[in-house]
Amino acid sequence: MSFVTVSNLWQRYGTRSILERVNVDIHEGEFISIVGASGCGKSTFLRMLLAQEQPYRGEIRIDGGTPAREPNLERGVVFQKYSVFPHLSVRDNLIAAESFNTPFGRLSRNARKAAGRRADDMLERIGLNHVAHQYPASLSGGMQQRLAIGQAMNAKPRILLLDEPFGALDPGTRLQMHDFLMELRDETNMTVFMVTHDLQEGFKLGDRVLVFDKPRWDPHDPGRYGATITYDFDARDGGIPFQMKEETDVSE
Amino acid sequence: MRWINKIPERPAAILLAALPFLAIFLAYAIASDIRLEANPQDKLLPAPSTIVETAQRLFTEPDRRSKEILLWNDTLASLGRLAAGVGIAATLSLAIGLAVGLLPYARSTLSSVIAVLSMVPPLALLPILFIVFGLGETSKIVLIVIGITPFMTRDLAQRVLEIPHEQIVKAQTLGASSAVIAMRVALPQVLPRLISNVRLSLGSAWLFLIAAEAVASNVGLGYRIFLVRRYLAMDVILTYVMWITVLAFLIDWLLKNLSRRAFPWMEAGL
Ligand SMILES: Nc1ncnc2c1ncn2[C@@H]1O[C@H](COP(=O)(O)OP(=O)(O)OP(=O)(O)O)[C@@H](O)[C@H]1O
Ligand SMILES: [Mg+2]
Repeated sequence: MSFVTVSNLWQRYGTRSILERVNVDIHEGEFISIVGASGCGKSTFLRMLLAQEQPYRGEIRIDGGTPAREPNLERGVVFQKYSVFPHLSVRDNLIAAESFNTPFGRLSRNARKAAGRRADDMLERIGLNHVAHQYPASLSGGMQQRLAIGQAMNAKPRILLLDEPFGALDPGTRLQMHDFLMELRDETNMTVFMVTHDLQEGFKLGDRVLVFDKPRWDPHDPGRYGATITYDFDARDGGIPFQMKEETDVSE
Repeated sequence: MRWINKIPERPAAILLAALPFLAIFLAYAIASDIRLEANPQDKLLPAPSTIVETAQRLFTEPDRRSKEILLWNDTLASLGRLAAGVGIAATLSLAIGLAVGLLPYARSTLSSVIAVLSMVPPLALLPILFIVFGLGETSKIVLIVIGITPFMTRDLAQRVLEIPHEQIVKAQTLGASSAVIAMRVALPQVLPRLISNVRLSLGSAWLFLIAAEAVASNVGLGYRIFLVRRYLAMDVILTYVMWITVLAFLIDWLLKNLSRRAFPWMEAGL
């Protein structure tokens, strides 16, 4: 049963086509890695999953619901940077995942205590309890991303979107983050979309690897055709391509 | 070594900082001396000792008629007006700046009108203010508000727009409404900027205050300066000018410290 359904999705800015005819069905709990050349529209795809922008054509449904018109609680996100609030302490950033969903953005005293306990649990899980009262700017890049992931998870989204979350980290920290993410995922079985530039990372973490590329190319007008999913790899056992996306599209 | 790489040591640095003050004082003392030598009745450049005496008198001796110390009355009146004007301007600019920075509808409606209003020279409006609001407190406060609000509003709106969009999106994915994003994400991040804006605007605020007081008032620091000008009481004027400078300096210092204390996250990265 398909959990996230992307049907005939197009996006264009002005006369420039970025994405065209993107079709894909994602099952609940799948970890999807998205790779592709720089500028081919991976972040654009993620922004549409996030409902931060509306598609030119086509639609995205989560669990058969109506397509969203703006970001909401169903979708969690972690960007490469700026994902946490600089004016809130580490702990308050986690509590914000609960308090922002109230009329005044503040919790009553009891609710705050309960949220604080859950925040402490999360701090433990993301290994940041020793810096609970520091501000994000004083954390290392890896710690900030761990916080951002913890914060997104605390809001209990149905899908988690990661746009090059480890792009700015050094290789060692990156490996630690992989372990951390896999652990978190085993515990929650959340549906994850992750854009990455690192193929190895994509295959290591993902259940599926989607490759975005332009199937058609006009040498006189590069902006004429958009990118689509050209390969859809099953990454669970070493990554054997099980379908050529383009072919199925043509036959439809 | 290049001059750009030569850095004065601690005692030298303090001495260098004191040098211009000493130079100004010396220049004044010498000029005053020369003039008083030629004409002991000269009022233009009173001797430093005369100024000190006058200052002492102004700060401590009550007025013969009203039995009150005028300088303190003037100070209270002026600071009250300044606080009211700057307070109102800060509140207005914060509210409008947040709206313009966050809401596309407010931005479309207000950004051009704010840009045009900030070009109107406020002092040219002073006669209108006196006609509309009378000669009382209102017109003086309104002049300060009109004078500094547009600049602060534009800057704060810009500041809100500069908050990384990722944060605004993130807040939405945590379920925050527009109001919560304004109050819990944008407001705390522009408050430090508001304080630095107030610090920058205080200079203009003093200017507008003294101008308004000079034209129509019966108490206030600006009023007193322009009143005693008729008697060429340079010693009084100079005392008042120095007093205003001290006040401005103190207010600035207080705001700077307030900002440092209230927003520890600003310095977390340093
Ligand atoms: N709001 C926008 N208006 C106009 N063009 C845009 C907009 N957003 C993105 N683009 C263009 O769309 C193309 C795809 O951008 P996108 O950010 O999705 O690429 P990407 O695959 O994420 O690249 P990278 O790997 O470098 O992050 C780029 O050429 C970009 O210039
Ligand atoms: Mg991108």
